[in-house]
Amino acid sequence: MTRSPYLTNAPSVSVIMLKVVLALIPAIFAYVWVFGGGILVVLSIATFVALTSEALMLKLRNRPVLPFLMDGSALVTAWLLALSLPPLAPWWLVVVGTFFAIVIAKQLYGGLGYNPFNPAMVGYAVLLISFPSIMTHWPAPLDLAKAQLGFADQFHYIFGGLLPDGVKVDGITQATPLDYLKTQLGLHRDLQDITHESIYGKFGGHGAELVTFAYLLGGIYLLQQKLITWHLPVAFLASLAIFSEIFYLVNPEHFANPLFHMFTGASMLAAFFIITDPVSGPTTPKGKLIFAGGIGILTYLIRVYGGYPDGVAFSVLLFNIGVPLIDAYTQPRVFGHTK
Amino acid sequence: MNALTSLMNLVKIQGGVHPPEHKQESTLRPIVALPLPKELVIPVRQHVGNLPKVLVKPGDRVLKGQLLAEPEGNISAAIHAPTSGVVRAIEESMIPHPSGLPDVCVILDADGKEEWVPHQPISWKDANKSDLLSALRKSGIVGLGGAAFPTQVKLSTGGRTLVHTLVINAAECEPYITCDDMLMRERAMDIVRGIEIVQSLLGAERTIIGIEDNKPEAAEAMRLASESASGDVKVKVVPTQYPSGDARQLIRLVSGIEVPADKRSTEVGVQCFNVATVLAVYRFFEFGEPSISRIVTITGNVRSPGNFEVLFGTPVRLLVEAAGGALPDTNEYIMGGPMMGFSLPSETVPVTKAANCIIASAPNLFPPAPQAMPCIRCARCADACPVRLQPQELYWFAKSDNFEKAREYNLFDCIECGCCSYVCPSNIPLVQYYRYAKSEIIAQDRAQQAADLARERNEFRLLRIEREKQERAQKHAQKAAGAKQEASKSEASDAHGDAEAAKKAAIAAAIERAKAQKATTVVKNTDDPSDKLKSEIEEIDKRRADLGLVENAELSQSGTQEKE
Repeated sequence: MTRSPYLTNAPSVSVIMLKVVLALIPAIFAYVWVFGGGILVVLSIATFVALTSEALMLKLRNRPVLPFLMDGSALVTAWLLALSLPPLAPWWLVVVGTFFAIVIAKQLYGGLGYNPFNPAMVGYAVLLISFPSIMTHWPAPLDLAKAQLGFADQFHYIFGGLLPDGVKVDGITQATPLDYLKTQLGLHRDLQDITHESIYGKFGGHGAELVTFAYLLGGIYLLQQKLITWHLPVAFLASLAIFSEIFYLVNPEHFANPLFHMFTGASMLAAFFIITDPVSGPTTPKGKLIFAGGIGILTYLIRVYGGYPDGVAFSVLLFNIGVPLIDAYTQPRVFGHTK
Repeated sequence: MNALTSLMNLVKIQGGVHPPEHKQESTLRPIVALPLPKELVIPVRQHVGNLPKVLVKPGDRVLKGQLLAEPEGNISAAIHAPTSGVVRAIEESMIPHPSGLPDVCVILDADGKEEWVPHQPISWKDANKSDLLSALRKSGIVGLGGAAFPTQVKLSTGGRTLVHTLVINAAECEPYITCDDMLMRERAMDIVRGIEIVQSLLGAERTIIGIEDNKPEAAEAMRLASESASGDVKVKVVPTQYPSGDARQLIRLVSGIEVPADKRSTEVGVQCFNVATVLAVYRFFEFGEPSISRIVTITGNVRSPGNFEVLFGTPVRLLVEAAGGALPDTNEYIMGGPMMGFSLPSETVPVTKAANCIIASAPNLFPPAPQAMPCIRCARCADACPVRLQPQELYWFAKSDNFEKAREYNLFDCIECGCCSYVCPSNIPLVQYYRYAKSEIIAQDRAQQAADLARERNEFRLLRIEREKQERAQKHAQKAAGAKQEASKSEASDAHGDAEAAKKAAIAAAIERAKAQKATTVVKNTDDPSDKLKSEIEEIDKRRADLGLVENAELSQSGTQEKE
């Protein structure tokens, strides 16, 4: 019997997923530093819901529960979704989003390896469409907020929607940098004026840009571990930068510069963690460039002209549809073939 | 641009993997000749090609080097007695082959005298090419890198194509195998003499010896020896990266020429031989020694790994004993390397011309693959594929029996090197899927060919029946006309009747034709398609199960539960 090769040397799916989780840890630290410990509560809820609904679905689908639960993919989806949500999101929002991501977007399509759409982004898109107001009101960074919430206060707020006496919702939340920019530009203010306000930092949002740097750090770790290739992040960030640079050159009063776009919103998270989901993404090198480049352009267009402040989730989902076609038309030249 | 890409190609093969080499263990001792076995089981076919014609019968006494079987047909090779003795039997016996099927073998009882047939060296410099080639046909020499293709066939390019470059494959890229390494260290001069012969037979201008950089001693020995070569012989050290020893990969590595997939390398002026093969050519011409032995690496789970010169037909067991015996936890023996080799049915099978390495395997050495998980499309396999295929797509197509698509995605360019399986995080036995898909496609093509042939035959038969009917009708009409003529003796009615009868016959024939056509189409369509499909699917499933391509977590379940 031929069963060669007798040798294998590959990290298991579990190890790959756990390394992705590890790469997210710097960003979580940054979150806690900037916004407080509430994100840990959101992460815990998402993790719990993801693992239980994954286990339940595996059971219903007559699949071995433990090996698939141990593959870590549900954990990654849960964390990516949780990190996309406002850090003080109410508990039921996290539950609905995570449940949708795992049950509808992943398990109903056949589980690990079979989902055509990025599960975390499906969950996010459903929440954004259904609850736009909650989804676009982020807590202000602790050093900007009028009122300070401790970890216990944040915990209570997430589970009960209750704030300590004398604290109003306005006192702890603010519009996101992208959202604020959009509405203020709509009021015909100059971009320079707007970005000099306190909610903006050196490149992106005040405080939030620290989180994006942490994503960049985690992304570099993923590259170094060869869990992702350079094509996706580089093509995404490059197309976002080039596109915003063109607009910025034409009218710097109205269009933010490339650095702003690269360091606000979900750009860095998308570049290294979202668009790099292998299952719902393309596999050929050329296909990766097209996919990521397209998402970059579309994200920019939605940010500037669309109805939502950020466009990553919709761009990713739209390009997920095109993946089979992209793969089919970007087959590399086979050894010894002319085309 | 073209020059630039070929320059870049020289650096390294695309894709590939770098498994732990494990070559050190078996290179600590020089090559040792294995003691003469009492009994040799010599498979009559140890090469790729036709079964040779056996020339001896049980009871015959044969001398060492005597022809036991001569080549039959174009692609075939001779078999010689590895030692002197008496033919005890000619019968089917287990052979080391991936199919696991037995084949015809000559069972020889050695008499221990090692009595040679008279040696007939050939002075190759004076003889003409066709004489040398016909002599080589009786040499029994085949590719000793493991492919076992008759060497004489590869040398007979027939003047149709001009070979300018001879590539000597000394890459030995598979882990564990060191037989070529040791051969080069110890017999570099003889190898270079062999290169001179082969280069002149091919009419090649230059020779490039490709050696991986993990064999510095061998490369140095070859470099020194090649200085004495009469022609242009160079050593090219290539980076250690499996599978650089694949002929097409190595040709590109050392010469920059990428052989088109639908062509032979000779069509672009390159021919490739294994280093041990050219040495065998030298020994055949210089000393008149046919191919009766080879160097075999015995390594893995044995006490003292090494390289031995082994007579063909020697049981693997003796080789294992010579290496100090296998360690207690040995569970099987692998012939070839761990990337492309196969498990031997037992240790009693004989060493053959294709046996470059025997690895004693143990669970701790090559642990069984863990449970396969679904493909997550990570494309590590695509990055590792030296042929730049898309293994993840091919796997998908093979698994869903979408063979047309698999073929379209160049399944048949797959060299089954195993790099994809090696790097798969989901532990999917990818190569097995490709082997299965390939054999299915070949089987379907054969069935299609047979069906085409049957259809052609049927059409011809119907045509013949129709023609015979027409002829009969014509004869009939003529007869009737003749009778009428005799009866009436009227010229007018004769002409009229004849025409009428012919017309009738033509109409009858046309009706027949229509009926026949209808019959054939009806036969096709009334075959219950779902039944036919069902049995076909069952057959495929059975073959698939035999191949062990059932992943518990995936296939079996998607096959049963999800159908509901």
